Amino acid sequence: MSLNVSNLTVHHGAICAVNQVSLAVPTGKLAAVIGANGAGKTTLLRALSGLNQPTHGSIMWKGEKIVGKKPEALVRRGISHVSEGKSVIPELTVRENLELGAIWRRNAKESKESIDQVASIFPRLGERIQQRADTLSGGERQMLAIGRAIMSKPQLLLLDEPSLGLAPLVIEQIFQTIRDLTTSMNLTVLLVEQNAMGALKIADLGIVLNLGKVVAINHAQALIDDPAVRAAYLGY
Amino acid sequence: MHKLLETLLIGLSTGSIYALMSIALVLVWRSTRVVNFAQAGQAMLSTYIGFEIASRTEIFWLGLAFAIAAGALLGAGVDFFFMRVLFKHAVSGAAAVVAPVIATLGLLGLIRSIVGLIWGGEFKSIKAPASTDGFTIGETTIPFSALNLLVIGTVFSILIVLAIVFQRTNLGLSLRASAYAPEIAQLAGIKTARIRTIGWAIAGGVGGVAGMLVTSNNFLSPYSLDLLLVFGFIAAVIGGLESMVGSVVGALILGIALTFILNYVGTSLVFIGGFVVLILVLLVKPDGIMAKGKARRA
Repeated sequence: MSLNVSNLTVHHGAICAVNQVSLAVPTGKLAAVIGANGAGKTTLLRALSGLNQPTHGSIMWKGEKIVGKKPEALVRRGISHVSEGKSVIPELTVRENLELGAIWRRNAKESKESIDQVASIFPRLGERIQQRADTLSGGERQMLAIGRAIMSKPQLLLLDEPSLGLAPLVIEQIFQTIRDLTTSMNLTVLLVEQNAMGALKIADLGIVLNLGKVVAINHAQALIDDPAVRAAYLGY
Repeated sequence: MHKLLETLLIGLSTGSIYALMSIALVLVWRSTRVVNFAQAGQAMLSTYIGFEIASRTEIFWLGLAFAIAAGALLGAGVDFFFMRVLFKHAVSGAAAVVAPVIATLGLLGLIRSIVGLIWGGEFKSIKAPASTDGFTIGETTIPFSALNLLVIGTVFSILIVLAIVFQRTNLGLSLRASAYAPEIAQLAGIKTARIRTIGWAIAGGVGGVAGMLVTSNNFLSPYSLDLLLVFGFIAAVIGGLESMVGSVVGALILGIALTFILNYVGTSLVFIGGFVVLILVLLVKPDGIMAKGKARRA
């Protein structure tokens, strides 16, 4: 197990947003985290990337305890977080947004190679490389956010609602890309989604959160087939 | 005709110094969301140190170098020892907004007292690094001097260096990213706290240059840079407070406008004139002259 979370509890002031969560994701697997608004999905990701500090519990990543480490330290350990919304900097160009992802590596040559790699995954970004990010469409911005994460050569990719506000066709493309990247780069992925069905379809395993607690954790297909999960989260 | 030309040139020279002060304020504002009133004090103390070196060695440029270094150290120090500590205690709410600004006012007073203790309150001056005699065009001599030209040249060299650093280097990208979106910068692995301190250092160094240049043909006292802070701030607001280019343009407009008032209306109205320009810009373009459509932040 490359990512191992046990009894993780995170508070926002007095509110317990994540309550005694335990989960494990093996290397190279894509885990979908689904659940209603306020279930603690975003907080869970923020704790994993070091943006929020847990009240207690432990997070093991590749055999190392990472609780208490800052995001900038965790990026250097291969953890890359694409935060909620279109996580790009509108004032910067597409190239600058991408370069940002590789900035901690302090290696201009590697950064260039990674830009070429991202441009081959997302040709649209390659075409718009000199444009400011605020001229991109919603889907392109999401590609850029994921592209920036790839620039940092991640091993654990944390994605927070990449489908938010996108057209169905674009969502399908983004999900397919996430699936392909997981396989081709042997990534471990935690994909937080409101679009539960879409996420479970591409995932290896599914984690259902409700009010900060894990209520189900299973193979993605098993969750899709589970009548209770279907009724509560998949809408049929 | 000569009067118009001379007004424009002198305005450019004055405005270029405002531009430096304005950039110093904008750099701090957009990284820390604080209007740094202490900048007047930091620049003033840096200028005292620069003056001390310049008058002992009789090399203005050595004094300028020391003023830049002192300004940078002071800027970094204010962020590291005051802002960081403050933000640790006042995380959110009204206190987090007000406390840092009040702290900069307090620091301004503190720096003034320290300078007063060391150098006393009397006016100081140094030998200007270039002739202050006006150039002669044909038969007439205009007040625009070699010193004015030197000021413009120095400021624009610094602006070019800043532009290269901000647009072409990883440090510049880190500075911009940390200012626009600190959380994204942090997730990209940038040590945002350190970058912010570097931003304060750059602002402080630039403020030191502004202090040296504005005082190169003038008197230095613990209060002599207050007006520079006010005009630098007005220029920054004209530029929209967020944009370095905007603040430079704002400063040049302000410098030229004030010189027009000085030459065509009267000395007594210059200070008021600054605020008139500010009010006019705020009425017509409240987000600053560089704003396109809606402002990004409320």
